[in-house]
Amino acid sequence: MQTPDDVSAAAAPAGAAAASGAQPPLDPALLRGLTQARHTRRRFLRGAGLGGGALATSALLSACGIKGTQASGATPAFDWTAWWSRQKQHGVLNFANWPLYIDTDHGKHPSLEQFTAKTGIKVNYYEVIQDNAPFYAQVSPTLRAGQPIGYDIIVMTDNDWTTIELFRVNRWATPLEHGLIPNFFINATPLARNRSVDPGNEFTIPWQSGFTGIAYDPTKIKREINSVHDLWDPAFKGHVGMMSDNTELGSVGLLALGIDPATSTRADWKKAATLLTKQRKQGIVRQYYDQSYIKALENGDIWITQAWSGDIFQANNSGYPHLKFVVPNEGMMVWTDVMMVPLHAQNPVDAMEWMNFYYEPKIGAEVADWVDYVTPVGNTQPILKKSDPSVGNSPLVFPTTAMDDKVRQYYSYKDYDDFNAWNNVFNPIIQS
Amino acid sequence: MTTWRQRLIPYILGLPSTFWLTVFFAVPMISVLSVSLMTGNPEQGYSLTWHFGTFWDGLKTYNTQFIRSFEYGAISTVAALVIGYPIAYFIAFRGGRHKSTLLFIILLPFLVSYVIRMLAWNFLLADQGAILGTLKNIGILPQSARVLSTPLAVITGLTYDAIPYMVLPVYVALEKIDRRVIRAAGDLYASPSKAFMRIVLPLSSAGIFAGFLLVFVTNVGDYVAATILGGPGTTMIGNVIETSYLEDLNYPTAAALSSILMIVLLVVIFLYARTFGTEAVEEAVA
Repeated sequence: MQTPDDVSAAAAPAGAAAASGAQPPLDPALLRGLTQARHTRRRFLRGAGLGGGALATSALLSACGIKGTQASGATPAFDWTAWWSRQKQHGVLNFANWPLYIDTDHGKHPSLEQFTAKTGIKVNYYEVIQDNAPFYAQVSPTLRAGQPIGYDIIVMTDNDWTTIELFRVNRWATPLEHGLIPNFFINATPLARNRSVDPGNEFTIPWQSGFTGIAYDPTKIKREINSVHDLWDPAFKGHVGMMSDNTELGSVGLLALGIDPATSTRADWKKAATLLTKQRKQGIVRQYYDQSYIKALENGDIWITQAWSGDIFQANNSGYPHLKFVVPNEGMMVWTDVMMVPLHAQNPVDAMEWMNFYYEPKIGAEVADWVDYVTPVGNTQPILKKSDPSVGNSPLVFPTTAMDDKVRQYYSYKDYDDFNAWNNVFNPIIQS
Repeated sequence: MTTWRQRLIPYILGLPSTFWLTVFFAVPMISVLSVSLMTGNPEQGYSLTWHFGTFWDGLKTYNTQFIRSFEYGAISTVAALVIGYPIAYFIAFRGGRHKSTLLFIILLPFLVSYVIRMLAWNFLLADQGAILGTLKNIGILPQSARVLSTPLAVITGLTYDAIPYMVLPVYVALEKIDRRVIRAAGDLYASPSKAFMRIVLPLSSAGIFAGFLLVFVTNVGDYVAATILGGPGTTMIGNVIETSYLEDLNYPTAAALSSILMIVLLVVIFLYARTFGTEAVEEAVA
C-alpha cells in the first residue's frame, strides 16, 4: 500500500511542471499539509462553520422579519372604471381550477371548446388547485411582489380564510367589471348572488356550490336520521365520521347548539368546542376525515358522517345507491367555490368573457351535468330534466325550496386574529 | 509566497463541503430558528422580537403529541429492527447467489409512492376489508373489532415503511463481517448463539446504528401515516406542524415546534452515539 508521502512524491513533479516550468518544485511541507494536516482541516472547518454561521446570521438579522401582505395590492382609490376601459381582449385565457371540476370528455372540455368556437379565445386550462391554503401559499409571494401569477381566473372557496385574505384583506383581486357579465345578472340563482363573504359580487362570482349535511348508511342504521344530534348518538360509537376541516367541524358544533354560524360569537365557539370535545372523549368519533370520509362510508367503517352533497350524489351513481344524504333540521352549511380575477392578470377581458359565457343556462347545465354539485347558473334545471333526468331531478344538484330554508352560511372571519381565535378553539379537538 | 499558499490551499479544498453545509444546513437551520423567535401575523408581517414564549406555549399545548411521536417512533424502530434484522441476516449469510434478487425484492416497495402504500394499508385494514372482514366472517374477531384509527394502525404503517431502511444498512454491516471470525468462534467452542451474541451482533452494531438514524428520525417526524391510518388520539407532532404552517399560516409556532423536534432528536442521537461508542458512528456514517 502507498503511504500518503509516496503519493505526494509521485505527484509533485507533475504538478510543478503543469503549474509553470519556471517555478520550483512544490514544497514537500505543503503537500504534507494537504494530505496529513487533519487537525488544521478540522479546525478550518470549525472556523469556517462559525464564520459562515455568523455571516448567515448577520445577513438574516439585517433582513429579518417576514413582510406582511395586508393591503399590499390595489390601493382603495384606484380608478378601476378607467382601468377597465383601457383593457382589450387578447384571445387567450389562462384558467386555474381544481381537478375534475369541469365537464370532461376524452380529455377535452366541451364547454371550453364551445367558448373558443364562439369567441375565438383560446383557453389554457390548468387543474392546479388542490386545496385553498396551499394554493394561496404558492401564489402569494408573486402577488406580494406585484407580478402576474400567470392565471387570469382562479377558483377558490369563498369562505376560506386564504380566499378572504387574498381578495379582501390584501386586495389582490381585480374588481369584476359588471358591464361585461350581463348573463350573471340575468341567470344567477339567489343563492349565488347573496353571499355574506362578498356582498354585491364585487370580486367573486360562483363556480359551483355544495351543501355540508349528514350522510348515513341505512343498512347499518335502521332508524330515521334527521338531526345533527344524531352525530352524537352513543349507539353509533366508533362509527361516526366528522370533518377534519375545522370550519366544517366548528359549524356543525354551532348548529347542534342551535346557533347560526354566520352570526356566532367567540363565546359560542367555546360552547361548541365543549360539545365536540365531549363527542370525541366518549369515543363516538371514529376519525376526523378529509374527503376520504366517502371511502370510509362506502366500505362500512363509518355509518354516519358529515358529508358534502356532491360526493353522495356521485357515490349513489357509482355502486353505492343505498347511501343517503339528509338535510338536518338544525340546518346545513352551504359553501361556494368562486371565480376571481387575480390582480395583474394579463387577460382580464377574456376572463370576463368566459364568466359571462359560463352563466348561459346551456353551458352551466353542461358543467353541472358532469360535476354534480349545485350550479349557480339559474334556468339550468329544465334543460337537465330533459337531457339527464337523474341529475335534473336530484335535490342534491337542484335543492328544493324547503331545502333553501335550511341553508346556513359560514362564519366570515374578520381578520387574521379572528381566524386564529377560531383555530385555537377548534384545532385542539381534531389534533388530539 | 509559499507559506501563504500553503495556508490557503486546504481552505480552498474545503470550500465545496463548506458551501454545502452552509447552504443546505446552516442557513435553513438559522432561518427556522429565527422565524421561531418572531411575532406577528401574515397580514402585518412577522418581525424578530426574540419571543421565546412560542417555544413554551408549543411545549405546553402539544406535549402529548411530542411524547406520542417519540413513542410511535421508538416502537416502530424497535419493531422494524426485530423484523428487519433476521431478514438482513438471512440475505447476508444464507442468500447465496440469490442475494441481489432478494435485495431487489426488499427495495421493490420504493417503486410505489409512500402515500399510495399507506392508502393501500388503509384499504387492507378496513373494518370489512381483506384481513379484518375475513377474520370476522370466520368468527375469530368480534364484529366490532377494528384496527384503523387506532395507534396500532399508525405504528404498523410506520414499521412497514421502515423495514427496507433497516434491512439495507444492517445487511451491509453483516456482509462486511469476515466469515473466518465466526468460524474461529466455533473452533473455540462457542455455541452458535454465543457466537452470534459475542461476534455477529457487535460487529453489525454500525449497521443497526445507521438503521436507527434513518428510521427513528424519519418516523418521529412523520405525519402521513397518522393522517391516513390514524384517528382521534393519534395525532403526531408532524401533523401539528403541517397544520400550523399550511392551514393556519402560523409560521412562528410551526418553526418553534420544528426546532424543538430537531433539538430533542439531536440529543437522542447524541446519547445513543455516546452509549454505542463513536467508532460505530463514524463507521456508520462512512
